[in-house]
Amino acid sequence: MKWLSAPASETQVTHGGRLWLYVLAALVMVFLVVPTVIVVPMSFSASQYLEFPPREWSLRWYHNYFNSASWMQATATSFKAAFLTMLVATPLGTLAAYGLFTSRFRAMRLVSMVLITPIIVPVVLIAIAVFYVYVKLGLVNSLTGIVLAHSMLAIPLVMMVVTSALKSYDMNQEMVARSLGASRARAFAVITLPQIRFAVITGALLSFLTSFDEVIMALFVSGGANSTLTRNMFNALRDQIDPTIAAISTIMVLVTSILLALAQVFGRRK
Amino acid sequence: MPGAAAATDAVQAAAPNARGLRADALRERMALLGLSAPAFLLVFIAMVAPMIWLFGLSFLADNGSFSLEHYRRLIAQPSYGRIFLTTFNVSLLTTAICIALGYPLAYVLSQLPQRVANLCLIAVLLPFWTSLLVRTYAWLALLQRKGLINNWGIELGLWDEPLALVHNLTGTLIGMVHIMLPFLVLPVLGAMRAIDRDYLKAAANLGAGPVRAFWQIFFPLSMPGLLAGALIVFILCLGFYVTPAVLGGGKVIMVSNQIANDIELFFNWGAASALGVVLLVLTSLFLFIASRFMRFEAMMGGAHSK
Repeated sequence: MKWLSAPASETQVTHGGRLWLYVLAALVMVFLVVPTVIVVPMSFSASQYLEFPPREWSLRWYHNYFNSASWMQATATSFKAAFLTMLVATPLGTLAAYGLFTSRFRAMRLVSMVLITPIIVPVVLIAIAVFYVYVKLGLVNSLTGIVLAHSMLAIPLVMMVVTSALKSYDMNQEMVARSLGASRARAFAVITLPQIRFAVITGALLSFLTSFDEVIMALFVSGGANSTLTRNMFNALRDQIDPTIAAISTIMVLVTSILLALAQVFGRRK
Repeated sequence: MPGAAAATDAVQAAAPNARGLRADALRERMALLGLSAPAFLLVFIAMVAPMIWLFGLSFLADNGSFSLEHYRRLIAQPSYGRIFLTTFNVSLLTTAICIALGYPLAYVLSQLPQRVANLCLIAVLLPFWTSLLVRTYAWLALLQRKGLINNWGIELGLWDEPLALVHNLTGTLIGMVHIMLPFLVLPVLGAMRAIDRDYLKAAANLGAGPVRAFWQIFFPLSMPGLLAGALIVFILCLGFYVTPAVLGGGKVIMVSNQIANDIELFFNWGAASALGVVLLVLTSLFLFIASRFMRFEAMMGGAHSK
């Protein structure tokens, strides 16, 4: 093995001399990948017990899932909440990013700090605070309540994506349009928006995913006929290991992958 | 920009209505700022206001008068001290393990050819893309008494009795390290890629062996990234809820779990809100420290999913 005694870096260490480093790195990568990879085959197992690889294959857990009224209802709620969150958070976040970016006020940093707090503050805190207010307003277990709460979590993400797109965008183009007689709104819609559209789309997908994957807020604020998928999964995980969850997990991985692939496609074209 | 200032001066000299123009500009900027109003309002109504309300609660006694009794109880009751201790312990351990596993991985990635490194980065990013609950479920399936790892271990004769890998501290740490590792690897990798390799050549040239060159040259240069990554990991760990709740099996109670328990089981808003205030203050404190080392926006990215 000539490779083993070849120098590996600028410091004359040989590949053989730091083989342990490669093994460690490979193991860490396996550790990172294993959980995602393992659920997919497990969801197709015929056995009630956990086996990997499964001895027999079947779709019984998918049958379970699709024939369960409560899982179906939760899935519907999750999709509705995620879709509505996307519809609320994307325009609000884009407008806010544009307004804050173009107004160039010194106070803008303060405003963007407030808008970004939902990312920093531990979600449990926001969740109980929101729960407290929702109890008073009668919004607990309502779709409106979930969408509001999730939009608040998603807006900062949309803002970050759109702001970073605006930073690399030449605002003078909009000025040209306006000097030619376009209103600010028209200049934005016709000149700026098309050029930052990939960021806006990425932001929209991110806000969909944020809502779709969110657990803690959903635990407190959703419930009853408006339980989300994540809330039901969390409760099921606490009780016992039902392989139906492997089937749901696989479907969630699929949804996420599709959305992220879309985001990649749109994001890359810039 | 001095050029712009000069231009403004020139405009002012030429146009007597400069004041009016400036007022127009201010009005327009105000209008633009107004565009952020809907988002601001939503975040304010849905988060800031409830939080303020909650904080107010933490200073109210049961009869509605101002008091510090909830805070006094936090200090007086040893059970709360234990919860904070657990939180710090778990967060520190998670950070330490993330450094021990993540630094070598980032080091190898930083030296691989770009194309191979990008391929390996998919492995690092995959957990980011997988829902938290999916990963938690996978860990349960792998680690529990009759789980896959115990089955394999016993079949291969590595151990006889099922190991207690989950519903305890071990399980919590495995789950949390898995979630936080990308947050450490990415900034460290960024810092390592920025290191000029010629320094290492120079060190080798001057007679330093590989080990010495690493510790005296490479490691200090990668320090900013490591510090940033470790701080993010630590801060995010402080607020963990789902992983300790499921993989800890009720044995690992962190501050977030106690807050949720206070509400769900005891309807004790005073205690929960006081705990929340302390948690928030601690988080902000560490965040402030972290912001001395790095850009504010760079610290976020995916931080919401825990």
